[in-house]
Amino acid sequence: MSIQYKEGKEPLEQEHRLIFRNIDRVDWDPSIDRALQDGYYEQVKKALKMEPKDITDEVKKSGLRGRGGAGFPTGVKWGFIPPNNTKPVYLICNCDESEPGTFKDRYVVHQDPHQLLEGMIISAFAVGAHVAYIYIREEFPAAAQIVEKAIAECHEKGFLGKDIQGSGFDLEIHIHRGAAAYICGEETGLIESLEGKRPYPRIKPPYFPAALGLYMAPTIVNNVESLCHVKHILEMGGEEYSKLGVARNTGTRILCVSGDVKKPGYFEVQVGKITMRELLYDMCGGPKDGREFKAVIPGGSSSKILRCDETFKISKGDDAKDLDFWDIPMDFDTLAACGSMAGSGGVIVMDDSRKISWVLNNINHFYAHESCGQCTPCREGNGWMKKVSDRIASGKARPEDIDTLESIAYQIDGRTICAFGEASAWPVEAIIAKYRDELIAETSEDNVVKSAEQLEREKFLTPA
Amino acid sequence: MSQSILEQNIASPETPGTKFFPPFAADDELNAKADRWISHYPADQKRSAVLMLLHDVQHKFGFISAESIDWVAGKLEIEPIQVVEVVTFYPGLRQSAPGKFHIRVCRTLSCAMAGSYELMDKVCELTGIDRSQTSHEQPIVVSPCGNYSVEFAECLASCGTGPVCLVNDDFHEDIPAEKAQELLNNYPKA
Repeated sequence: MSIQYKEGKEPLEQEHRLIFRNIDRVDWDPSIDRALQDGYYEQVKKALKMEPKDITDEVKKSGLRGRGGAGFPTGVKWGFIPPNNTKPVYLICNCDESEPGTFKDRYVVHQDPHQLLEGMIISAFAVGAHVAYIYIREEFPAAAQIVEKAIAECHEKGFLGKDIQGSGFDLEIHIHRGAAAYICGEETGLIESLEGKRPYPRIKPPYFPAALGLYMAPTIVNNVESLCHVKHILEMGGEEYSKLGVARNTGTRILCVSGDVKKPGYFEVQVGKITMRELLYDMCGGPKDGREFKAVIPGGSSSKILRCDETFKISKGDDAKDLDFWDIPMDFDTLAACGSMAGSGGVIVMDDSRKISWVLNNINHFYAHESCGQCTPCREGNGWMKKVSDRIASGKARPEDIDTLESIAYQIDGRTICAFGEASAWPVEAIIAKYRDELIAETSEDNVVKSAEQLEREKFLTPA
Repeated sequence: MSQSILEQNIASPETPGTKFFPPFAADDELNAKADRWISHYPADQKRSAVLMLLHDVQHKFGFISAESIDWVAGKLEIEPIQVVEVVTFYPGLRQSAPGKFHIRVCRTLSCAMAGSYELMDKVCELTGIDRSQTSHEQPIVVSPCGNYSVEFAECLASCGTGPVCLVNDDFHEDIPAEKAQELLNNYPKA
C-alpha cells in the first residue's frame, strides 16, 4: 500500500520517512480515529506490558541522539534519574522550536499530534513520569488547540488518565504555552518558565534536569522529534533502528533547508547518508538561476558558518583525511569535526548575492533581542556586537571594528550560565574567521568615531 | 523614582486600538478557564499557570493591564510583582492595546533573505503606519485607525516558506511584498 501525498509535497527517493510518514498525506487528518486506522497506539499497548527499564535499554541500543540541538543520547539522558529517587518524575516535551532555520516540529504538532503523544506516553512510562507537559511556543496558537484536542481524544479512548489500558499506569499530559522567548528552548530556562518565573537558565551543575528539574524533582526534557522517534524505536526494535544511518549517528533526521536554493523544504533522511552536495544540488535543486552557493549554516543559526569552497582536515578513527565541503555527510560527528554542528537540522543557504556583513548583522540582531539578560557578558556583549555590526553593515565602521567584534565574541563564549553565550558568539567568530577580507572591504580608515571628550577638544575651527 | 519605574512597567497608555477591546473584567468564563489551567499543576505550584492565565487575558482584552495583573496575582496567590516580572520579560506579552489585527512579520535570517523587510515596508505603507519610532521596549506600532498594528517578530519557525507572518492567531506563509494587499484583504477595516 503506497501512501498518496499532496501534489508537490511528495517525498524524494533519497528520503527515508519515519516521523514525516504521514505529513502532507492526502487522506490524513490529525484526529485519533485516523491515527488508529494507521496502527497508532499499538506501541503504547506493547510498551505497557514491558518493564520500563527494558524500554530505556531499547532506546539506548538504538543510539538515538537528541534532535533538539545538542545531540545527546536520549537513552543515556533517561538513565540519569537518580535510582533511589522518591520524588515525582516529570517528562517535558520541548516544542519551543525557536532556532532560526528549523521548522520540523511545526509539522508534527499541526498535522500528526498523535505520533508525539504516543511517543510521550511510552517515554513517560519508561522514565516513570505520571505528569508530562508539552511546552508549545506562543507562535503556534493553532498547534496548541490541535494538541489539546488530541489529548482530550486520548482520554476518551483510554490512552491517558488513570489505569491506561488496564496496566495500572497513570499519566496526564498538559500543554503549557511559552510567550515568544528563544531562551525557553534551553531546558533549564524552559523549566523556570514552566514554574511561572522569568526563564533564566539555571546554574550548572547539576548538568541535567534529570537530577534536579521541574519543582526540584527529576525531569526529562526531550525535543518533539526525539520523542516521536521513541515510538518507531519500539516498533522496529532498538537493534534494527540502529541500522538506519551510520555508526554513532543512527536513525533518521529531518533536515530543514531554507534560503537561496531552488526548492527549500524539509527532508527526512538517514543520518549521515546524504552529503552536502546531494542535499543542496539533488534534493534542493541547486542554486537559483545565475547564482552560485557561497556559504551554508548547517544546523540552525547558532552553528558556525561553512564556506562552500572550504576543505576540512578531519580525523575519523585512525586516519586523518581531507574532506571537501561538498562531501560532508550530514551527521553529528563529521559536522562537529568540521568545526560546526548538526544542531537542530536547520540548514540555511546563502548564495553569492548575499553581503556577509548583512547576514552577520541580522544574526546579531536576533541574539541581542533574545538574550535573557542574566549574565553580563551575554547581555552587554550581544547588544555591543549588534551595534558594531550595524556600523559595519551601514558602511560606517573602521577596520579595527572587526577586531573589536571578534574580541567581544570571544569574551562571551564560555563565560555564561547557558549555551546561549556560545550560540551567539559562534556565528560571529566563524563569520569573521572565514570572511574577514570581505568585512574589512566594507570598512574605511576615514570612518572615525570620536568620543565626547575628543569632540570637546576640537571645538574650535582649525585655522586655514 | 520607584513610582516612575512602576508606572513605566505597568501603565498601559491608550492606543488607537484600545476601542476594539473590552475593558478588563474577570467574568465566570475567565475564572473557570483559569481554574482549569491551575488544576494542571501541583497544588503548591499554582504560580506555574501564570503564562496560561496571561494568554487568556491577552487574547480577550488585547493586552495585560494593571487590573488584570492584580487578578492573575490573586488567582495564583502570588505578589503582583511576580506577575509583572513575567509580563515585562516576554516579547509575546503586551502592555498596551495592539490594533484589531496584530500583524507579526518574521525578520530573522531566512525570512529576511526571502524579503520580509520589503513585506513589512509594504504593509506599513498600505496601513499608514510609521515604524520609525520603534525600539526594543516599544516594538509595536498601531495604525491611526486602530485597525492594524505591526511588529517584527523573531523566527516564526517556517523558514522554508518565507516570508511568513502571523495575523492575530492566523499563520500566513509565502507572502512576498506583492501579496501584502491580498493579505490585508482578509482583514478588512471595521
